[in-house]
Amino acid sequence: MYAQMVKTGIDHIQSKEEMSPEERAFQDRVDADIKIEPKEWMPEAYRKTLIRQISQHAHSEIIGMQPEGNWITRAPTLERKAILLAKVQDEAGHGLYLYCAAETLGVSRDELLEQLNSGKAKYSSIFNYPTLTWADIGAIGWLVDGAAIMNQVPLQRCSYGPYSRAMIRICKEESFHQRQGYDIMMKLAKGTPEQKAMAQDALNRWWWPSLMMFGPSDADSVHSAQSMRWKIKINSNDELRQKFVDQTVPQAEYLGLTVPDADLKWNAERGHYDFGAVNWDEFYQVIAGNGPCNRQRLRTRVKAYEEGRWVREAADAYAAKKAARAQARAA
Amino acid sequence: MTDKKEWPLWEVFIRSQHGLAHRHVGSLHAPDAEMAIMNARDVYTRRNEGVSIWVVKASDISASSPSEKGPLFDPANSKVYRHPTFYEIPEELGHM
Repeated sequence: MYAQMVKTGIDHIQSKEEMSPEERAFQDRVDADIKIEPKEWMPEAYRKTLIRQISQHAHSEIIGMQPEGNWITRAPTLERKAILLAKVQDEAGHGLYLYCAAETLGVSRDELLEQLNSGKAKYSSIFNYPTLTWADIGAIGWLVDGAAIMNQVPLQRCSYGPYSRAMIRICKEESFHQRQGYDIMMKLAKGTPEQKAMAQDALNRWWWPSLMMFGPSDADSVHSAQSMRWKIKINSNDELRQKFVDQTVPQAEYLGLTVPDADLKWNAERGHYDFGAVNWDEFYQVIAGNGPCNRQRLRTRVKAYEEGRWVREAADAYAAKKAARAQARAA
Repeated sequence: MTDKKEWPLWEVFIRSQHGLAHRHVGSLHAPDAEMAIMNARDVYTRRNEGVSIWVVKASDISASSPSEKGPLFDPANSKVYRHPTFYEIPEELGHM
């Protein structure tokens, strides 16, 4: 997902008896679906895990602007360009909502950006793949944003107030992203044979990385179990992946495109699609920094930060000058 | 690589078109109030969400303490007669 394999720093799930009175009261509130707000007492591991999860999510939104930004100047029409520009601007906004939510947990914005720019922080594996053709913009909106929505909708109900509120805002804006992607795919799929081939090629390349977004099976992960108990993770990775496949396959069929998985078939007994094995070696390679675009993404991010420095300095100088004038007037 | 000082945090309040009060929508960093309003427009009103923006430095907000939530609010708990539903109005009277 936009936050993948988030560690909780714990090695087993505490029973209620093992908990301190504060921890027990906290867990009772979470169990009763009472939202946890910034200044309230919370276990240190909850706070740290949330910072990791929310900041990873925020970094993904920020880095996620790059693959799509690549096509702003090359969009096929002025309308498509305006739409893509608005979508990329939304991603920036989503990153900002999430950074704000993370900051309520006592981490500073500068620390978060430093972690991103130094390569220390992780972001979603999906953004390390290149956008080679215009059809990739369609595939990203349809598949990548579709997968993100699958995860973000349940997170609107998560236990931490500021994160839940950020998710509500984001979900409201996100469905435009998925629809505009599908709209691009529809246009291409109904176009010339070359255009349809381009759409198929984009699906071929984005299908498996999209399934990887949900992360490896976490059925036996103590971290996922703890996060679910804290209600900062609502569904298991496998559950969400299955839901995504079930929802997306008919959409691909409607486009007349073929999902690149020989093992994909409807299982009437389960009421779900069966699908082939994901290549997790590739996933681990990408999150270890060896995906097709990891270095380029980070380089671009640092360059943007450095080249914006003079703007930040000018804004600082202007604010200081105005404040000094106001003070002189008051004296 | 970090800038020497972090911009202050501003809390953002937006009034929507329908005559409701300003509502807290989130926060952002900016060097001064003017920039905070400009940034708030881009971050929080990309879809016509508002007709008016307030920004307040987060450090200027005083808040009630979560640990005193009990004593602070319990005076209201025992006063159900402040709600209209406390009173029974005979059905033959119709709507009141």
